[in-house]
Amino acid sequence: MAWLDTIIQGVLLGGLYALFAAGLSLVFGIMRLVNLAHGDLIVLAAFLILMLVSALGLNPFLAALLAMPLMFAIGWALQFFLLNRTLGTDILPPLLVTFGLSIVIQNGLLQGFAADSRRISVGGLESVSVALGPINVGVMPLLTLASAIAVIVGLNQLFYRTSLGRAFRATSDDPVTAGLMGIQPKRIFATATGIAMVVVTIAALYLGTRANFDPTIGPARLIYAFEAVIIGGLGSLWGTLFGGIVIGIAQTFGAAINPEWQILAGHLAFLVVLLVRPRGLFPRAVD
Amino acid sequence: MALLETKGLTAHYGDFQALFGVDIALDPGETIAIIGANGAGKTTLMRSIAGILTNQPKAVLFDGEEIGAMPAPDIVARGIAMVPEGRKLFPSLSVEENLLIGRYGRAVAGHWSLETVYELFPILRERRANPGTALSGGQQQMVAIGRALMSNPRVLLCDEISLGLAPVVIRDIYTAFPRIRAAGASIVVVEQDIGQALKVADRVYCMMEGRITLSGAPAALTREKIHAAYFGVA
Repeated sequence: MAWLDTIIQGVLLGGLYALFAAGLSLVFGIMRLVNLAHGDLIVLAAFLILMLVSALGLNPFLAALLAMPLMFAIGWALQFFLLNRTLGTDILPPLLVTFGLSIVIQNGLLQGFAADSRRISVGGLESVSVALGPINVGVMPLLTLASAIAVIVGLNQLFYRTSLGRAFRATSDDPVTAGLMGIQPKRIFATATGIAMVVVTIAALYLGTRANFDPTIGPARLIYAFEAVIIGGLGSLWGTLFGGIVIGIAQTFGAAINPEWQILAGHLAFLVVLLVRPRGLFPRAVD
Repeated sequence: MALLETKGLTAHYGDFQALFGVDIALDPGETIAIIGANGAGKTTLMRSIAGILTNQPKAVLFDGEEIGAMPAPDIVARGIAMVPEGRKLFPSLSVEENLLIGRYGRAVAGHWSLETVYELFPILRERRANPGTALSGGQQQMVAIGRALMSNPRVLLCDEISLGLAPVVIRDIYTAFPRIRAAGASIVVVEQDIGQALKVADRVYCMMEGRITLSGAPAALTREKIHAAYFGVA
């Protein structure tokens, strides 16, 4: 049954990667903006949760709930005042600006919190597990996957069932004509990045409670997020969840063979998908 | 007083000047047509009114307010909706969603709603769940008109709605105009089809090279006058 255990652990790990990726996928899907600071923003949110936990003595889940509106505001302002200025026909300015932002966030966090490794404690919940038939699974990994699914379902509902979601899709199609409908594309983009930062906060909660983090680990999370988005196919949120799970399973299988192979196996899975299906597994029909 | 007025409207694309002091006026309840050859500046004029191109505040007046410098969303909010050239439906949205997005900026009570737009163009009800861009050209044009009507505009700007459509389809679409007028909208149509423009409009403006070269009621315009104003030759 070891292989079944490996698959299940991989699927649960995939939930974390899907959470890393969902915000990236959302922002890219709406404004074709590749945010290279995405991983660092996750780490920033983790430090914000840590601060709320240690300063106010809050439960981490409550702290994350409190951090969400703060991160929404940060995302909204970041998009409205900075990133909107970089959008245009040239794809280079947003890449350069978010790359710079990534360095600024890392160094800001180093300045503020030093290079020490931190962890957010969830009061013993880390070590609690439940038996699913013959397999024992941790409660936190289970919560991670459940949150990832909830985030994907929530974003899909928002996208396809609400007036804001229609405005997102219309603006993504054609911002000039969207303006004729009374939509203000710059505000729509700011709202989208704000929502992406709420998802980032959820990702940060599980990043920070699952393992140690420090100010420099953002870029590696960005790579996993990218791989999940591309495996799933650009623009598909369910694809992003699936992409995260593919990387998760590849990593746990790699680790089962040899612990040194965990990270490499995830990247190899990504390369294989890229070779076989360059547009990802579930590319959006309309692009 | 005119409902919508441009006064000495100019427009530039970089160094190229597209409009040279255009004055037009639209009275409440009126339909006017702008005719002219390709490149005469008709679409530029529409884009300037709709706020896609911005201008001196005083260059466009709507109900006495200076709106020349306002961006498009503010213009829609005041009650001017545009059916853009080439229809510009949103490919990611279904027919019904394309209609619904039309009232994003101005959810004003009035005659037009999803229900009344479907009554105006019954075929759209059948195709409501299709992607907007999966429809025929004429049906897409109906969606574009319906989408603009959904905001219950006081002024409807229609840019080249017959472009690329078969004559029978064009006739179908123009059949809807009396009902649009009856519901209270004043209309500006841009047309290359002079016959169609003379039929639908109370007054006609002819443009050439960024200027108004002729204006008047259809009955007062002879074929020779229009020909001269259109092509610049007598």
